[in-house]
Formats: sequence, structure tokens, C-alpha cells
Amino acid sequence: MSTVITEQARPQERTDAILKPISWRWPVLYGVLTLAALLLFTLLPGLEGETIYQLSRGSDLFKIPNFAVPAALTNWLLVAVMVALTILAFWLTRNRRDVPRWVPVVFGIAFVLTFLTYVGAGRSTVIPVTTLLSGALALSVPLVFGALCGVVCERSGIVNIAIEGQLLGGAFLAAVVGSLTSSAYLGMIAAPIAGALVGVLLVFFAVRYWVDQIIVGVVLNVLVVGVTSFLFSTVLTEDKATWNANQRLPELPIPLLSEIPVIGPVLFRQTLLVYIMYAAVILLQIFVFRSRWGLRMRAVGEHPKAADTVGIKVNRTRVINTIFGGAIAGLGGAFFTVGSGLAFGKEMSAGQGYIALAAMILGKWNPTGAVAAALLFGFSKNLGNVLSTIGSTVPSEFLLMLPYAVTIFAVAGLVGRVRAPAAENIPYIK
Amino acid sequence: MTDPVNENPQNAAQPGDVVAQGEQVPAPEGAPGSTVAGGTGRETRTGQFFRELLSGTWLVSVLAVVIALVIGGVLIALADQRVQETATYLFARPADFFAAVWDSVYGAYRAMFRGAVYDFQAETFSRAIRPLTETLVFSVPLILAGLGLAVGFRAGLFNIGAQGQIVLGGIFGAFIGFTFDLPVVLHVTLAAIGAALGGAIWAGIAGFLKARTGANEVIVTIMLNNIAVYLIAYLLTTQAFRLPNSPFPKSPDVPSDSAAYPLLLGPSFRLHAGFLLAIAATVFVWWLLERSTVGFEIRAAGSNPNASRTAGISVNRVVVLTMVISGALCGLAGSAQVLGTERALTAGVAASYGFDAITVALLGRSRPVGTFLAGLLFGALRAGGVLMQSTTETPIDIILVVQSIIVLLIAAPPLVRAIFRLPAPGARPRGVRTPVVKEAAA
Repeated sequence: MSTVITEQARPQERTDAILKPISWRWPVLYGVLTLAALLLFTLLPGLEGETIYQLSRGSDLFKIPNFAVPAALTNWLLVAVMVALTILAFWLTRNRRDVPRWVPVVFGIAFVLTFLTYVGAGRSTVIPVTTLLSGALALSVPLVFGALCGVVCERSGIVNIAIEGQLLGGAFLAAVVGSLTSSAYLGMIAAPIAGALVGVLLVFFAVRYWVDQIIVGVVLNVLVVGVTSFLFSTVLTEDKATWNANQRLPELPIPLLSEIPVIGPVLFRQTLLVYIMYAAVILLQIFVFRSRWGLRMRAVGEHPKAADTVGIKVNRTRVINTIFGGAIAGLGGAFFTVGSGLAFGKEMSAGQGYIALAAMILGKWNPTGAVAAALLFGFSKNLGNVLSTIGSTVPSEFLLMLPYAVTIFAVAGLVGRVRAPAAENIPYIK
Repeated sequence: MTDPVNENPQNAAQPGDVVAQGEQVPAPEGAPGSTVAGGTGRETRTGQFFRELLSGTWLVSVLAVVIALVIGGVLIALADQRVQETATYLFARPADFFAAVWDSVYGAYRAMFRGAVYDFQAETFSRAIRPLTETLVFSVPLILAGLGLAVGFRAGLFNIGAQGQIVLGGIFGAFIGFTFDLPVVLHVTLAAIGAALGGAIWAGIAGFLKARTGANEVIVTIMLNNIAVYLIAYLLTTQAFRLPNSPFPKSPDVPSDSAAYPLLLGPSFRLHAGFLLAIAATVFVWWLLERSTVGFEIRAAGSNPNASRTAGISVNRVVVLTMVISGALCGLAGSAQVLGTERALTAGVAASYGFDAITVALLGRSRPVGTFLAGLLFGALRAGGVLMQSTTETPIDIILVVQSIIVLLIAAPPLVRAIFRLPAPGARPRGVRTPVVKEAAA
């Protein structure tokens, strides 16, 4: 976490007399969102009756009965919290102090809760909190793996647009190997190979032939879609039982931890793939910023000439890291097939690789930041799905648009200056 | 080898030229250049001619297509059931195996040719040439959107948002088409302008954000693509757009007598005036990029933004303007769908034209005529693929493989030359070799 701060100098560490101009961006955003919550979800007619929240499922050990809250009162309280946080943010910014990290988190939760309360007000259908969260986590699995892949590749100076193709390739190989061996685990192990192969092609053209990396990435995506769809329409459909039978990774509940109300089922009643994801996030966050490998990777991505001068093999580092990154994305692709118990389908990654790319940029090329952004995308997508099934008045299309609109706002300067690794998309030529 | 950039300013790397970077690569050891072109002493005129012929870029393009078709053929053969069966007794009766391979590959490509160029099995002449017109029909949106992206590439803007811009163009064009009741010429003109406007607005958002805040246009256009998908899905549920009592989300038909592009060859062919629009757009883009002040600014800003800024060009203005022009052309590609081919708005209006257009523009090296020809080629692949899918066991997805391999190979000419052992451009025969100029890149 501390690494995020290293990018911007902390105000109190500055010794010179020139002060950084105050940025009112965040407080103003809080103000706008509070106003939106007040006007749209609280004052608007339709907020009558009670909203029923469901916090546990039938299979849980500790059952929490569904509880109903008076909608209007709840939303007024939540808006009050948001107003308080907005004032706090304004006050802190005015005094040139840092806004603590819990403020956006609490604000975000309050905003989402006002919305949920508004949607569920006066209905007999419950708001399934556990389902909402666990679905969000599931949907963000490929995004997280894809974003981590992006971090590793781009930090070493290779733009990887081919995440989409790597996810799709991983999904394909996982399904085929899983089906041939009747073992979901072998499928999961095979998935990274497909991602790595796409990575090999990417570096072959980018490092050896200096082709523009964005172009190679886009074209590789088309290539993977073509190859997998072609094989799907021929071999896989001719003999579905042999080549494309669905396999599912079993859920492995962690004893004790999985019995914690709400959090337990969401975080600790998952498949091995998700536990690997937790490990990958933590390990990458440590290794990218605290290991020799990470230092070299970042050096090669920021200033290859300097890295070369001190004896780091620039192109070899790039090749290895890009292939490794591809393997990570391939593993994420396994989620689409063996991870969710589905057979392979044409173009089943459906643009998730591009969203992963956006999550990585939104997360400022940091593993944890990228994961946070990926979870946000997963949550808003699942929110859209859940709301369309419980029948909300808000068209689900608008909710599904939300993550993309948020990304546009984010890259347009909301997250502050986002800076890519300096040597991105520049082939290193000795 | 000598550096083509330093040696010949005409060949200087242009943004958006897919080959620009790849062409500077030193030839892989042992392959082209020194060994093949290396005559001793002075070269004969014939030798010089052949060297220039063999090192030309067009030959690389042709060979790239050949390699792509060969790889596609390998895939077709691998997936064929009879090939798989005969492969089990390959050593007992190899002839069976090779016959099966030949049948599957030849059958697929023959069907593709029949579907794309000339149907030699047809009974009447009009049926025989119908495939050619189908190729043109498929190529119209590819050419228009490809031109749009090419303009962006020349300015150094990587607009991946053709998909979304086509959708917006389709929404605007179709809405004007089926909502209003206007006289013939006026109606179709307004609908086409509306479509261009729709695409221009969508791309303009990305251009504006890029100019004002520096937001990466790749990310913004990807996001706008996704937003456009949900936007059209939503609009097709609303009263203004949805055809009443239709089981599918589909808009009312665009009246074919006033708002649609007129059919060029009568009602038995689908070829519409959108093709003339595509030709006009090609000429326009050529004029814009090569002969107009705006085009000069676009190319300058793409080649070197800092130098352009010093020279007094407002790079931000160029960014917005380029994106608007680029989006307008993509919007027109959408109009080719709703006013020409489909004549109604559906959620699948853009199909995959937006993404195919990227490969079209890359293959055409962001040049207007090149893009036009690349659009024709990909239109032919698509039209041929449709017939191939329906008459043989080979699915249409194979054309995606062929397309992507073509672009990959064209982007890396040294690879193609290494495969065929061709000389590199700029390689001198050994006797008259110029000193090696090393480039200080990175």
C-alpha cells in the first residue's frame, strides 16, 4: 500500500515555500454524488415501505434472518453520513491535509446502500447481499488475472492489448484439456500455457521485429478468436462429449473462515482458482516493488538504456516477463470454462480483456490498484445482473454501462495524473 | 545494412504505417540482403531489376496473403473429419490421406472463390457475377470505417472505437430514416449526414477528452464501444425505436423509396449506392491527407507533435478534428448498414465491422487507396466465407485467422523476406555497400 504514495510527494515532506495547488476534484465529486443520492434515491417519489436485505443463504451455518429496514429513514441517515464525509473531505482538503483512505470506501458503501434501498423499497423481493458480493467476486476473477498480467507486461515496457486473446485462449485450452482428461484441475493447469503462447507471439513480433505493440495485440486478439472459434465450430462441436464436456472446479470451503457471516461464503467458499488469485495479488504486490525481479522489470520499462548500462538484459527481461504475464492471463481465462463449470463457447471472453486493461490503467499500473478497479467493475456488472433479475425500475443497460462510464471519467483525470511506464511500446534497439 | 530512414527521406516512418517500425529491423542473420543480393562487383541491369522486384513492398503483401492462405489451409485440413480418419492409416495408404487433405482445402477455397468473385457453377450470368457484387456490399462498411481509422492512425491516434461509432451512426441514420417523412433526395442525404454526425459525436468525445485532459484515446474508445452496445440495447426497448409487436428488438424499416441508398443494379442485387459513397470517401480522404492544409497538419501532428507545436499548429485542435473526421467516416459505415444492406436497426448493426476495419486500415497502411483495396479483399473473404460455410464443412471463422495472419506478416516484412530468402530494400550488392549507419533509438 505504501508504494502508491511514492508516486506523489507528500505535502508535509515538502520543504520549499511553493505549495501545491489545492485540488478540489475529490471533494466536489463527493458533493455531486451526495446530491445525486439525495435527489434521485431519497427525495424522488417511490421511496415507501421497507427494503428487505438478505444476509445469509440456506446453506450457511449461522443463519441471519432477513431484516427489513424502513427505506426512507435509512436513506436519510445514509445521506447524512455522506454529507458528513463530504464536509470532512472539504475541510481536510482546505487545510492541505490528506483525506484518509477509509473515506472513499465508506462513502462508496453508503452510496451503493442508498441505491439498493431505493431499488428494493416497498417490494416483496429481497436484496440478496451475499449473492451480490459473491457474484461480484466471481465476475472479477478474469478481470483481476487479466489486470495483473497487464501490470507485469507493461511494467516491463510491453503494451499488452492481447489480454483478451490470452483470456480466451486460456478458456479454450482449459475446456479442451479438462474435457479430454475429465479433470478440471488439469484443465486449469493447461490454461496458462495458452496464455503464454499468445505472449510468445506478442514478444516475437514486438521484440524481434519491432512491430508496434498495440497493433500486434489487436491482431493477436483477432487471431485467437479466429482459431478458437474455428476449432469450436469443427472439432469441438463434432464430438462434444470428448472435446468440450463441461468440467467444474469444486468449491473448497476453508474450515471456520467460511462460516463467518456474509464475508465467509463470499471470500472463503470458493474454488482453488480464486485462492490462487488471492495469492497472486499479494505475491505480485510484494515482488513487483520489493524484489530484484521487480526492480529489474520496472527499470526495463522505465529506462531501458540505464538498465542495460548496469548489465540488465533488457530484451530478455521483456520476453520472460511478457510470457509470464501471458500465463497469468491464461490462468484467468480458465475461470470462463472450468472455473464456472461451462463448456467452451465462441468468443466467450466477450471483451473482458479490454476491461482488464482499463482496470490496470485505473489502478495506476499497481497490482492492488488494478485489483480494486477490477473488483469495482465486477461489482457494478453483477449489480446490473442482480437488479435485472429482481426487476428494478432502472433499466439494467444503464447499470451495465456504469463501469465503462466510470473508467472514462477516471482516465479523463479523476484519478489524478495517470502515468504509464515511460518505455512502453518503444522497442529497445542497441 | 543501411538505414532506409536515413538513406531515403521518402521512406521516413509515418505514424499509422504498420510497417514503419518493422521495416527498420536489421535483417535476421543468414537470410536476406548480403547473401542473396550479394553479386560481385557491378550489377547487371537485369539483376538490379530483379532485386528491386524481389525487395518491393507489394511482393511482401502478396506473399503474406499466400502464407496466410497456406496456414488457413493447414487448419482446414486438420479440422476435416475425413483427413482425421485417413490419418489413422496414413502409412498404409498415404494417397488416401493426401487426397482427403486436397479435397478439404481445395473444396473450401473453391467455395470461397465462388462466393467472392465468380460463381462458375451458376446457370445465368447475373447469378454468376452476383458473388462479386456481394463482395462489394460487404466491403462498403469495411472501406468507410477503415478510412476513418486510417485518418486517425496518420495523426498518431489509435482509434479502436469504430465499433461504437458505427453503432451510433446506425442509430442516428436509422432514426432519421424511419421517423421522418421527407422527399426522396433530401431524406437519404439527411439520414447519411445524421449517421456521420452520430459517429463524429462519439469519436469527438474521445478526441475532446484526449485534447483537454490527455485521456488515452485507446481506453476511452474501448469504453465508448461498450457503452454503445448497451445504449443500442436500451434504445431498442424504447417506444421511439422498437417496432411494435415484433418479437425481436428491431426498429421499423427504413423506407426504401426515400431514405435508403438506391440499389445500383436493380432489385436482384444487394449492391447499393453506399459503394459509390465509399469511392467518394476514398477520394476525399486522399485529397484531405495529401492536398489539404488540414491533412498536412494531421500528418505533421502525427509525425512529431512537438515540432508541430513549435511550428504553430494547435495539436489539440488537430486531435479533436481528426477524431471527428474519423468518427464521421465510421458513422457513414453505420449508414451503409442501416440505409443500405439491412434497412433497419438491430443490436447487431455493427457486426464485427469495427474491429475488422482496424485490420483493414493496417493492411492498407493507412493510405486511402491501400485501405480501399484492403477493404475489397476483406469484403471478398467475408462474402466467400459465407458461401464456404454453407456449402462445405469449413466454418467462416477461418477468415479471421487468414486476416490476422496477413496483417501480422505485413507488419513484419523482414519475417516474410526471411521465409522466402528475399533481399531487403536498400541492401546493396556487396561491392558498392555504403557504410553502416547505426540508429540511436530507444
